[in-house]
Parts: sequence; C-alpha cells; structure tokens
Amino acid sequence: MAALTQAAVGAEAPVSRPRRRGGLVPLVLLAPALLWLVVFFVVPTISLASQSLQTGDIDNGFMLTWNFAVYAEAMARYWPQFLRSMVYAASATLGTLLLGYPLAWFIAHRSGRWKNVLLVLVVAPFFTNFLIRTLAWQIILTDNGPVTGFFRATGLTTVLQAMGLTDNDSLLGSQFAVICGLVYNFLPFMVLPLYTILERLDVRLLDAAGDLYANGWQTFWRVIWPLSLPGVVSGTLLTFIPAAGDYINSRLLGNTQTVMIGQVIDAQFLRVLDYPIAAALSFILMAAIIVLVAGYVRAAGTEELV
Amino acid sequence: MATTRATPGDLKLVQLTRHFEDFVAVAGIDLVVPGGSFFALLGPSGCGKTTTLRMVAGLEEPTSGQILLGADDITGTRAYQRKVNTVFQSYALFPHLSVLDNVGFGLRQRKVGDWQRRAMEALELVKLADRAKQRPRQLSGGMQQRVALARAIVNEPDVLLLDEPLGALDLKLRREMQIELKRIQQEVGITFIHVTHDQEEAMTMADTVAVMRAGRLEQVGAPADLYDHPATTFVANFLGQSNLLPLEGFSDPGGEFVTAHAHGIGLVVERAQLPAGMVVRAQVAAVDSAVHLGIRPEKLRILGPNDPPSANRLGGLVTDASFNGVATTYLVSMPWGQELTVTRPNDGSPRAQRGDEVTLGWDPNQAFVLAEAD
Repeated sequence: MAALTQAAVGAEAPVSRPRRRGGLVPLVLLAPALLWLVVFFVVPTISLASQSLQTGDIDNGFMLTWNFAVYAEAMARYWPQFLRSMVYAASATLGTLLLGYPLAWFIAHRSGRWKNVLLVLVVAPFFTNFLIRTLAWQIILTDNGPVTGFFRATGLTTVLQAMGLTDNDSLLGSQFAVICGLVYNFLPFMVLPLYTILERLDVRLLDAAGDLYANGWQTFWRVIWPLSLPGVVSGTLLTFIPAAGDYINSRLLGNTQTVMIGQVIDAQFLRVLDYPIAAALSFILMAAIIVLVAGYVRAAGTEELV
Repeated sequence: MATTRATPGDLKLVQLTRHFEDFVAVAGIDLVVPGGSFFALLGPSGCGKTTTLRMVAGLEEPTSGQILLGADDITGTRAYQRKVNTVFQSYALFPHLSVLDNVGFGLRQRKVGDWQRRAMEALELVKLADRAKQRPRQLSGGMQQRVALARAIVNEPDVLLLDEPLGALDLKLRREMQIELKRIQQEVGITFIHVTHDQEEAMTMADTVAVMRAGRLEQVGAPADLYDHPATTFVANFLGQSNLLPLEGFSDPGGEFVTAHAHGIGLVVERAQLPAGMVVRAQVAAVDSAVHLGIRPEKLRILGPNDPPSANRLGGLVTDASFNGVATTYLVSMPWGQELTVTRPNDGSPRAQRGDEVTLGWDPNQAFVLAEAD
C-alpha cells in the first residue's frame, strides 16, 4: 500500500510541483469576504462594545468610562423581555419545525411534478416586504375576522386563554399572535434546509427499515430523523437566531406584555437614545445566542453527521 | 446457529398478480418454493421478478392472489410483520449507523437481548467482524454487500430474498460471492430466493430456477433440466444459446427414435427428447411452423474424415471462426441461409477456417424439440 502511494506520488511529481505556490490563492479568494467581515462586523462590534462602556447623555456627549456595571443594570431592568424573547423564539422554532418537517417531506417525496411550484410557494411570501406581511396578520387575526370568529365558535379562544397565550377572547395583541407571526415569517427558513436534506434521503432505506421489522413510527425515529438532523439543525438555527432578535412581530401583533428584547434595543437606540444600555443589550443578546447555538450544535453532534 | 433450526415451511404463491395502473407487472403466478432451498427467479429486466420479490417481502401490495409461508397466509401483513428479510440491490445500509448497528437493527427492533453478540456472529459468518465499528461508506462494495447479507441473515428469517445482490460487483468478486452465498445458504438452511437477470449466476447457485417473462412463469426446474430441456424458445435462448431449426413434420418409424424433417432433411431425435404429451403420428404429419428442433452450440461437432459416422449430418460453410482460448465459436451457414453457432472446445482437434466446407453432426439424444404456438 505504501509502495503504491509512493508510486502514485512519484508519477504525479513532475506535473504538479511544490504545493506552496498555491498558498496565495486561498487568501485571494478569502480577501473580499474577510474585508467585508472586518468593515461590517468586526469594526461595528468593537465600536458597539466601546459604546456600551461609555457614560453620559445625548446632550453632553458620551465618554468611555469602562462602566461594566451597565451590563448588570441592563439585565436587571430587562431580563423579563430577554427571557420572553428566548421563549418566544424557541416556541416559534418548535412551531416551524412541526409545520415545516411534514411540509418539507411532502415536497421532497410526494409532490411529483408540483415540486417546483410548491417550492416557489414556500418562498413566495418573501416577494412581499416583511413589514407588510406582518401587517397582513393584523387583518387575519382581527377581532371581527373569520379566524377569530372560528376560534370563538369552536371554543379555542377559551383554550388559548386558559393556557395564558391570550388575555381575552381576542387573538390579536397576544403572545399567541406574536408566536404565530414568528412561525409564519420564519417558516421558509425551516422548510428549505429540511427540504434539501430530505430530498437527498434515499427512500430505499425506508424499505430496508420496514424489512427489518420497523413500523412507520420506528422508521421515522431510527432512520429518517437521525439522517435529517443536519437539516433540522440548520433550520432551527436559521429560525431561532433571527426570531430571538425580532422586533416587528411583537410590536405589530402583541401588546405591552409581549415586548421582546429586539423592541427594547430598538427603543433604547432610536427613541430613548440611551446608547450604552442599547449597546449592552445587543451584546448580551449576541453572547447568549452564541452560547446557546454552540451548546445546541454540540448536543446535536453535527460534526459527526456532516 | 443453523444446525438446530427446523427447515422453514414452503413459500407458496397463488395466482399472485400486480398491476401498476394499466401495466401488468406480474400476471398471476403460481409457485411453490420448497423450504430450505436455493431458488432463483430469472428473467430479463422488466419481467416482474423484482415486483414478485417485493410482494413477498411485503414492500408491494399484490393486486390479487395469495402469499403463504408455511401454513400462514401472509398476504395482508406488513413488511415488518413478516419473517422475511431482504438483501437489497442497492444494499440500503443505514449510513448513520455503524456496521454492527446496521446488522443489529432488526434484532433490536424485535428486542432481542443479546443482539450485539448475535450481530457479531453474523459478521463473523461474512468475515467482517473486524469492521464492526466502521461506517458502511468506509467499506468497499463487496464488503457492503456482505454487511447487507449479515443484516438480513442475522434475523434468521424463514425466507431470505436477494434482489440482484451481486449486480454492482465486478466479475471476480461476483464469482467469489456466488460461492460464498451458496456456502452460507447451506450453513444456515434458510430458504433463499435470488432474483437475477444473469442466467449463469442463477444456474451456478440455485437448486431450482424459475424463468420469468412478461409477468409470467415460463418454466421452473433444476438448472440442468432447464438447459437440456427448455420448454419454450424464450427459455432456450435466455438460458445459453440455441440453434433452432424450424421443422416441417415428423415421421415415426416406431422404436426409440423419431425422424424430424427440416428443409427436406431427416434428422434423428430420441423419443425421450420430445416435449411431454406431444403426439407424433406414424406418417409425416403436418405440424405448424412453431415447432423447432433445438441444438446447443457445444453439442454440435464438426465431423472429420476419420470420425465415426453420425446419425445426423448437416453440411455448411464456415462464415466466421472466433477463438477465445477455452473454445472456438464458428458460424456455419446452411444451404437455406440459416447460420448455426458451433462451439468446439480447445482440445487439440483441428480447427476449421473461415470458408471451409464442413459437416456438422450431433447425437439424437442431444437435441430438444420445442412445440409452442407463439
């Protein structure tokens, strides 16, 4: 074997000479992306970090005073919104997964010649502005609309109220509406990676599982689900991360009790003009998401799957 | 692990039929596969053999008909409820599981306690115990094929289905696996049903071969029977090569031999070579044109001047001679334009050349008669 490899290398040697010469190529290829990262990520991150450690006010200007206490203050004041954001984002992620998985499976394996049409339909909402789409949900969930009417008629409003997802027999202006909005807005981010992975799944493995005494449910958990994990991981990340920082859905579909951290940052930066608090909150959000994602990816064991 | 096993029951297919919309894939098959036998379903692609196999596995639902395993009617049961396992053409190994976990899949599904030990035993049977921890994609095609075999066999099914399992292997490996499969079958005593389009593979491995064509069974029998006594022209041509001479009639002088007439030449055929139930009248009988005399290329001899006289003689012109080491294959043109294929072993006898006038001979018990209304 060793001799074989040696021979192969020897035969190739005159053609491709030293490897080092290609050393510059990857750098050149990376340069635009690196430049982009430095200008639009590293620099703003540093300036944001410095901003969070400044004190002062908008009239007299801000001074860098290394005021780390602002982080404690930010958490003390806004931990409920923070926690709420995480819970909403997690609920919305679960919701998109439950809706998106069967949908992705259907498109990948059952849709036949309608496959491309369905894929276009999945991304069709993107043709409309994010804000407009969310405003549409105000109309959908409006008090005298058919959806609310249906929920009231079937007693589902009572159920939602009992679960604490709504405050009264309306749907709009509730946690329920906010999570629905998040699920709706981020569903394509779940469906597309899931579709990609499920479409590649060899359906003959399902025959094999059935042949080896696995019923439908067991086949799903022991074969389909583990093989689709890379898609689940990317789908949930693509949903959870933007959902955790979202500030449109809760503003348009929620009430004062559904304020998410994105809204707080938005208000602190643009209306209250308390830059240090806003910057500190942004930083905490980023750190929290990085920690959660790292833990999640490790638990899902993607390095073994990819 | 197999010696204590009782021989599994026979597998019976009763009028088994499968339609795909307008297409009839399997058109009412009646078949008995004896328990513990090595059975081959042979046919060209699209003849319905894989569909038949999938119906036995429970992966395809029959349109009508019954499948019985021993005394049980398993027609309506699901794949996971049958004591039948399959080695798939694509192997269909689970890429996310180790070799050991692949082999143990069925055992764990049935909650067998010592699944690891038994999976290891199965891996030893296919000589892959040292690969237990690896993933399927780290193995070569031949190894994957053996893992697939171990994964099926470890469940000790009553029937093991093999769907062209050797199709993806190269010739040398295929030969090895053919011998290996036969050894394993004898060792475990499970009924093997092997689907293949390779007639040589079917004949080498199986005790009984069923030839399928267009959703129907053409002929079932031991390999040697099928080869020496094909019932139809399809079987005669699918299993090896045949020279088919259209016959105009027979004359029956009585006794052991009858005379068949082809292009005005009388050819002697042993009575035992006639298809069962065929009536030959005393005089030349008008027989419809679908009656043929078949002679295998290797049964034809090229008669030299010193050879003993042959009962059958046909003169012709050699139009092609190709030597492949083991044998020489000649094309010999008959006066009526038909070309007969002749295969002579490379046994030191003089070879004919292109353009030679030769006389062909064969023994009356080496030809077969096909009578069918095609």
